[in-house]
Amino acid sequence: MELFTNQVLAGIATGAIYACMALAVVMIYQAIDHLNFAQGEMAMFSTFISWQLMQWGVSYWAAFVITLAFSFVAGIAIERILFKPLAKAPVLTNVAGFIALFAIINSSAGLIWDFTIKQYPTPFGSSPFLGSQLISTHQAGMIGVTVLLLLGLYFFFQYTRIGLAMRAAASVPESARLVGINTSWMIALGWGMATAIGSIAGMLIAPVVFLEPNMMGGVLIYGFAAAVLGGLSSPFGAVVGGFLVGVFENLAGTYIPGVGNELKLPIALALIISVLVVKPAGLFGRHIVKRV
Amino acid sequence: MSAAEEVVAEGHEAVEAVPKRAMTLGTGTSLVVLAALLIAPAFVKNFIIFQMTMLLIYGLAVLALNILTGGSGQFSLGQSAFYAVGAYTTAVLMEHANINYALTIPISAAVCFGFGYLFGKPALRLSGVYLALATFALATAMPQLLKLNFLEHWTGGVQGLVVTKPDAPFGLPMSQDMWLYYFTLVVTIAIYIFSVNLLRSRSGRAFMAIRDNEIAASSMGVNVALYKTLAFGVSAGITGVAGSLGAIAVQFVAPDSYTITLAISLFLGMVVGGVGWLPGSFVGAAFIIFVPNMAESISKGLSGAVFGVLLFLVIYLVPHGARQAAILGQQLAGKLKKN
Repeated sequence: MELFTNQVLAGIATGAIYACMALAVVMIYQAIDHLNFAQGEMAMFSTFISWQLMQWGVSYWAAFVITLAFSFVAGIAIERILFKPLAKAPVLTNVAGFIALFAIINSSAGLIWDFTIKQYPTPFGSSPFLGSQLISTHQAGMIGVTVLLLLGLYFFFQYTRIGLAMRAAASVPESARLVGINTSWMIALGWGMATAIGSIAGMLIAPVVFLEPNMMGGVLIYGFAAAVLGGLSSPFGAVVGGFLVGVFENLAGTYIPGVGNELKLPIALALIISVLVVKPAGLFGRHIVKRV
Repeated sequence: MSAAEEVVAEGHEAVEAVPKRAMTLGTGTSLVVLAALLIAPAFVKNFIIFQMTMLLIYGLAVLALNILTGGSGQFSLGQSAFYAVGAYTTAVLMEHANINYALTIPISAAVCFGFGYLFGKPALRLSGVYLALATFALATAMPQLLKLNFLEHWTGGVQGLVVTKPDAPFGLPMSQDMWLYYFTLVVTIAIYIFSVNLLRSRSGRAFMAIRDNEIAASSMGVNVALYKTLAFGVSAGITGVAGSLGAIAVQFVAPDSYTITLAISLFLGMVVGGVGWLPGSFVGAAFIIFVPNMAESISKGLSGAVFGVLLFLVIYLVPHGARQAAILGQQLAGKLKKN
């Protein structure tokens, strides 16, 4: 029983990271209708920036804030420079663009910071949380930050003018333009926010997976899976999907014989596909009715 | 939103100026290309012949994806899995059952067709990004499945299998590489002609109707489920043939040769060649074979970045791939003729 609780709690903690990534994926998906394959690499690059700042003697939280601001601006810049010209190109061309961006960021990070594995500090400490043996303070901190982030986003989209404008631009661009919303900048804003959210995910998971240019590969796949499982049209669903994927991954690795670490990912993906075959729009997604 | 839907809906003026059904080169151009492919090996070194063979093989795999995505509008990131099944079918048949390499190719086509058809069944309910994720799962699972213990006797586990390279038959005075090149060329031409005819046939029109508007197609009496799974089957079958030829050409199969990276390369090849334009598959294959090497030679440490930048350049200049370049070239030639 203790093993079970342990695995579930550890699953929730990693699930929090998947939830962050899924949230970032959904943010961009809402804005431009594409899955951003370079999301993980963007998060990795941001994490390296914060690490570099700390190497230069900046304190953790100062580095955290600077990195957030940097990521936000960088996200907007990437959209303006690289993807705005592709807005009218076919979907698959855009996907190729994401793959190109992935290659560029991954290779540049490798050149700047090389491929050795680096330690990354945690602001929460790694002692057991509140004296319990089940979960560490870092894991608790990961869950806490994700919950805070989610609440913040909820208030932003529900109660602020700009949040409302972004939602309008994402769901009905033509009408949004008619009421004077600059939809093109709303998309850029979505990119900025998604990049910032991704950088939070990167900085939170770096102490667990260690810092290196390929650290986000696995995380991003789980993030995609979580977003798709929860429903790409629902940020809330993405977060729930993240936690579910985290817990399931851990349980499958522990209890299904012959799975182990190697087959964890395929099994998790197979489960998600089974869910999708039953509920094609994801658990919380809206089913879009099409007309001829 | 199916993947290729918008390709048609959002065509730029330059592309719209030509009939959308034009999927092939003209007869004259085709014959010139064919002649070049037939004569070229006589003038180059064995290594270049090997590279040309790989070009044809990857071209076939991209062509298969093109039939699936460009033809029926379904998007797949799992082509590497079908490629692996084809390669392993050939390797296992050749090394364990001593079957002639040429005979293994139709067998692996049939095996992969079945595999793809069965995979297409559950995938019927998925489209767009959801299908991409499902096929992605297939691609990530495949190397792990090939490493499984109880298959190790057949697949050679992590170590893989070594495949014997066939000699030229009937005592033809040819090197192994050159014979394999001509063998691959014959298979490629056969499959290319088959694909062109398939897309022009009743089934092909059904594919395209589904791609353009699934609901409209079904209300016109197209059996959507049948044709979608059929497209998956045919695509997998052709990818399997490419895999078989690849195994013979490289003389080696191992689980880690067939990772998601291969699937992504094939996808990039399709985009660079032009979605739905069959000759573009081979242009795309050239891109994914030669550009990474070129990037490596420009800068070792930054080869990924150089590759990314080159890819960006291509999609900025011609968002519709080589097809657009070909159309622009044609228009230019037309203008020059008038003057």
